[in-house]
Amino acid sequence: MTLLVARSVSCVRGGRLLFEALDLTIGAGEAVHISGPNGCGKSSLLRLAAGLLAPSAGTIERRASLALADETLALDRDRTLGEALGWWARADRGDLAAALDRFGLTGLAPVPVRLLSTGQARRARLARVAASGATLWLLDEPLNGLDRDGIERLDFAIAAHRARGGGVLAASHVALGGAWRELALGR
Amino acid sequence: MIAALIWRELRRGLTGSAWLPVAFFLVVAALVPFAVGPDARLLGRIGGGALWIAALTAALLPIERLIEPDRADGVLDQLALRGVAEEAIAAAKIAGHWLAFGPLLLLATLPAALLLGLDGPALARSLVALAIGTPGLAALAVAVAALTAGLHRAGALAGLLLLPLAVPLLIFGAAASGEGGSALALEAAVSLLLVAGAPFVTGAAIRAART
Repeated sequence: MTLLVARSVSCVRGGRLLFEALDLTIGAGEAVHISGPNGCGKSSLLRLAAGLLAPSAGTIERRASLALADETLALDRDRTLGEALGWWARADRGDLAAALDRFGLTGLAPVPVRLLSTGQARRARLARVAASGATLWLLDEPLNGLDRDGIERLDFAIAAHRARGGGVLAASHVALGGAWRELALGR
Repeated sequence: MIAALIWRELRRGLTGSAWLPVAFFLVVAALVPFAVGPDARLLGRIGGGALWIAALTAALLPIERLIEPDRADGVLDQLALRGVAEEAIAAAKIAGHWLAFGPLLLLATLPAALLLGLDGPALARSLVALAIGTPGLAALAVAVAALTAGLHRAGALAGLLLLPLAVPLLIFGAAASGEGGSALALEAAVSLLLVAGAPFVTGAAIRAART
């Protein structure tokens, strides 16, 4: 099964051509690692894949449900982590408890989101993706701010997600654990 | 999803600073007797209009927290990813905002009417006019919040944008508070137009602000 098909996609941001004629297909269980220098359009490609940006040329076909972890947290600051994540999990009919457990956040569920440390907030945004039950994960610099335990938990979550037939498209400067198909931008 | 959004908006309004616009409303209403003097007949005549000025200024206060925090924190993007139309988000925000703003304002109209020396029938007319007008005011506030989201000095700009657009509502609302009758029907028409149109303006503004 194919989750995402991009055909000869070009992206222009602020009058600057970031990339053109990009072809990308992500199948079930596949993981693609986008690499490249700063400003080469990694995050833009993720937003294109998510449908939040329209490509300047080409088409993008989304055939599966999507979850996005970009630089924003998208959790209500004044609520506890459990309530804030639970709001999305209910909307997505996802499994909140499993996602909290997967990223070692179960003990933090009663803590208000605004009191979380940077690394804990990074885990929380990944837990939001895991709790969404979506088939294709779009991850922007997922390793940023994670400690060794967090990285192991993410690798494990991605492996489990792929084993279930899910796909991952991740932009990262650092190598990610497991087998990834490389997509270099800006070369 | 829409019910959850309305509930979230209402909760954010009430746990945030729902008392702030209401307190502002009361303070403006309390200033009028100081400004025009304690003449009861004069106050009774301008009281309905003064309530509307107070309501308009109070409607400006929550604008900055209506759209911008959700835009900056990616909540709007996450909702779009789940296939929720921007217009539906806007409608939910208008409903939730009114629920947190309208009833409290109507409640505050009672002490405000006392400050302005309005008699029973005038108070009743003002309550009806405000009950009909506040949904339009809430819709306008959400639309203006979306149009100014992410801009520098959004607060000042929002005031410049909202107050002129609220003039038709003010004219018919104040007239309905004073005499009632046909002005009330026209006020209802303006309010309905704002409530019906604002989701589309808001939706387009949210999409245009996406980078």
